[in-house]
Amino acid sequence: MREGILLFPRPARRSPPALRLRVVGMGALALLIFQAACKREERGFRVQPPSASAAEGSRMTDFQPGPRTPESPVKNEYEDNAYALSEGKRLFQEYNCSGCHFNGGGGIGPALMDDEWLYGDKPENIFETIVEGRPNGMPSFRGKVPDYQVWQLVAYVRSLSGQVGSNAAPGRSDHMQTSSPEQSRPRESPKLSGKPR
Amino acid sequence: MQPSKSHIAKNIAVVLALFACASASCSRPIQSNAEVREVRLPSGLSGSNEPDDGQWLMPAKNYSSNRFSSLDQITVDNARDLKVAWTFSTGINRGHEAAPLVVNNTMYIVTPYPNILYALDLTKPGAPMKWKYEPKPSSAAQGVACCDVVNRGAAFYDGKIFYNTLDDHTVAVDAQSGKEVWNTQVGDINQGESMTMAPLVVKDKVLVGNSGGEFGVRGWLTALDASSGKIAWKAYSTGPDVDCLIGSNFKPFYEADQGKDLGVTTWPPDAWKIGGGGVWGWISYDPELNLIYYGTANPGPWNPDQRPGDNKWTCGIFARNPDNGEALWFYQWSPHDLHDYDGVNEQILIDLPIAGHTRKVLVRPERNGYVYVLDRTSGEVLSATPFAYITTSKGVDLKTGRLIYNPEKSASLGKVVREICPASPGAKDWQPSAFSPKTGLLYLPHNNLCQDAESVEANYIAGTPYVGMNVKMYAGPGGNRGVFSAWDPVAAKEVWSIKEDYPVWSGALVTTANVAFYGTMDGWFKAVNAVAGEPLWQFKCGSGIIGQPITYRGPDGKQYVAILSGVGGWSGAIVAGNLDPRDGGGALGFNNAMSDLPKNTVKGGMLYVFALP
Ligand code: HEC
Repeated sequence: MREGILLFPRPARRSPPALRLRVVGMGALALLIFQAACKREERGFRVQPPSASAAEGSRMTDFQPGPRTPESPVKNEYEDNAYALSEGKRLFQEYNCSGCHFNGGGGIGPALMDDEWLYGDKPENIFETIVEGRPNGMPSFRGKVPDYQVWQLVAYVRSLSGQVGSNAAPGRSDHMQTSSPEQSRPRESPKLSGKPR
Repeated sequence: MQPSKSHIAKNIAVVLALFACASASCSRPIQSNAEVREVRLPSGLSGSNEPDDGQWLMPAKNYSSNRFSSLDQITVDNARDLKVAWTFSTGINRGHEAAPLVVNNTMYIVTPYPNILYALDLTKPGAPMKWKYEPKPSSAAQGVACCDVVNRGAAFYDGKIFYNTLDDHTVAVDAQSGKEVWNTQVGDINQGESMTMAPLVVKDKVLVGNSGGEFGVRGWLTALDASSGKIAWKAYSTGPDVDCLIGSNFKPFYEADQGKDLGVTTWPPDAWKIGGGGVWGWISYDPELNLIYYGTANPGPWNPDQRPGDNKWTCGIFARNPDNGEALWFYQWSPHDLHDYDGVNEQILIDLPIAGHTRKVLVRPERNGYVYVLDRTSGEVLSATPFAYITTSKGVDLKTGRLIYNPEKSASLGKVVREICPASPGAKDWQPSAFSPKTGLLYLPHNNLCQDAESVEANYIAGTPYVGMNVKMYAGPGGNRGVFSAWDPVAAKEVWSIKEDYPVWSGALVTTANVAFYGTMDGWFKAVNAVAGEPLWQFKCGSGIIGQPITYRGPDGKQYVAILSGVGGWSGAIVAGNLDPRDGGGALGFNNAMSDLPKNTVKGGMLYVFALP
């Protein structure tokens, strides 16, 4: 709408140089330490996110009329990948997710670090939440965030409640700490409780 | 933050003190100023020493916004006998900040989102519902409400009830039938705009403004024709003079506010277009001078490095002609705001004896921690005195009118600044004070909060938060997070004060019988002696109180006191929004200061009405 003002955050175009340097530096250091091909530190090329259509068969509830049809859960490889998770963390700030959800404690949007889910905790559910939006104030990011970044965000969102491997979850923050690092978050047992807000 | 045990101990202490007080003339650990004088209210402003019609037509009671009632049945001596007369559940679980209205033996209540308007029949036992009006605002609007989906109330005028919905509609509803008379959309949620303020109706014009200083909105106040809902004028808080309705009659008192297009030149190029300055607080009106007064909110983003300059006309106060909106003067409380000190609090219009002369003043307890007394004809600051603990500034220079910032507390990118006092919600947020012409004192519900903050780069994406500040709040010196105090605006000093565990986020009410009322976030509704500050009575409501108490005369001739309970708001978001206390940064950092609130109250909107047996 307005010129001269960042209409869309950087990640879609490029990372801020300082950030890029630091992430690369950290990655290089980690590679040195771990040497051998460690999945945790794999960068983009071999780790493939699920396709967008993978989320299409998702259910928002376990409740089914009649016999249960088997699930085919979506595996988001980014959940075991430290680089993807750190990208997810950065994107969570830059797309202003943090402005509504903060570091998982919530504010305008619900808490994402607890065990309660309104629209499902599965990667495919969270993918749909981000892309479709949700009625009570969650904007739809469809067409604004590339799919692979949505999957990075999905992985990061799940790290907020300890759902991803703790060796891959971000262990530090570049900013003032207001909560424990994602890496040391207790693993919550997600419930589709949909407690009214 | 506060262990629940000590909290219980505190409550017991209060109850004990209450008993002690009820039995004998008690002196609490409160300093009392014996000298109390009568203060004349400006003529033409109702609620003065004239008889009170016992109704409540607008949230602040009258145009001078004093929340003073001359009903006198409930007194310092009998307040202890107050009992619940009836209750009404609003069916809504978010923060209830509104004041009920009472007109023609009907009570009107606006709820938080979804902004239902209820009419209750006061002539029948238990005040049954006459009708309800449901505007059905867009549910997506909840995403652009920074600080819970609150609404601060409605206003009655010429047979209609006027109020704003969260999704930026102003509505007029027939007070008799509950039918919608008009509905005008005045803002856009996709630009981050929401509406939470209570309108003021002046000379057939419904004055309303937007919220969204955390979303990079461009603030405005607009006037709608009361009978048609058509927009009569709109005055922006940023941008060129023509948009701000600044013309040849604009005569600000201080040099810093004089010059052409300051709403553009005090910003980096184009930043004023998303610069904030919402108008979500209180408006007062002086019929004699024909001037309305209202404040403008914080500039956006919070990160001040992204907007070098004074950022006119944010964090200040405008005096305007209600007929055409033109600005007469402006004064900026917090130029180039550093800490989210919105300038939208109430201004109480009174005539005060100052240095031997009676001056037409407005009294403003401001978010930055000072009680300002301004000459309301000119915008000159007569005094600015701290009413809370302040580290962010060192005073106000009365020659230039300028707030003197403490450079040690200024944010700079990536640096964590500690002990910022008051915290972002200010020494006092929206919660309106009351003024008694009887005691000459201002009754100030307020906060005692400090914070650590770190500024980070904010990205503007329309409809999403535009803040750029990480915040962690905590209790200020003494450990109590709230205070209810009495303030003498002539002597510019505190007369007595009561410490409260939680921020006092409710409004205040005071009566001619020297009884003052307020509520606490853990649910106590309290009556205190307005002269000396000792507690007279308290009642535990179902949920924490952040509403505005009112008093009225029922059809039976009795005096009633009403308050909405239902915790929430920015301070109570942790309960209203089921937030997780393990993230202190939640709710813009308020979570850190309120992590124990979920142990002490639960949500639930309920009206309580009290009377003597
Ligand atoms: C403008 C505020 C806002 C922004 C920006 C925002 N959210 Fe939300 N979010 C919400 C609200 C409000 C809800 C609850 C919606 C509902 O109940 O219908 C929500 C819901 C969610 C949920 C579902 C939680 C559950 O319990 O099922 C997830 C996951 C989520 N958001 C992630 C994100 C991510 C990732 C981003 C950034 C790409 C983001 N949000 C940006 C406000 C926001």
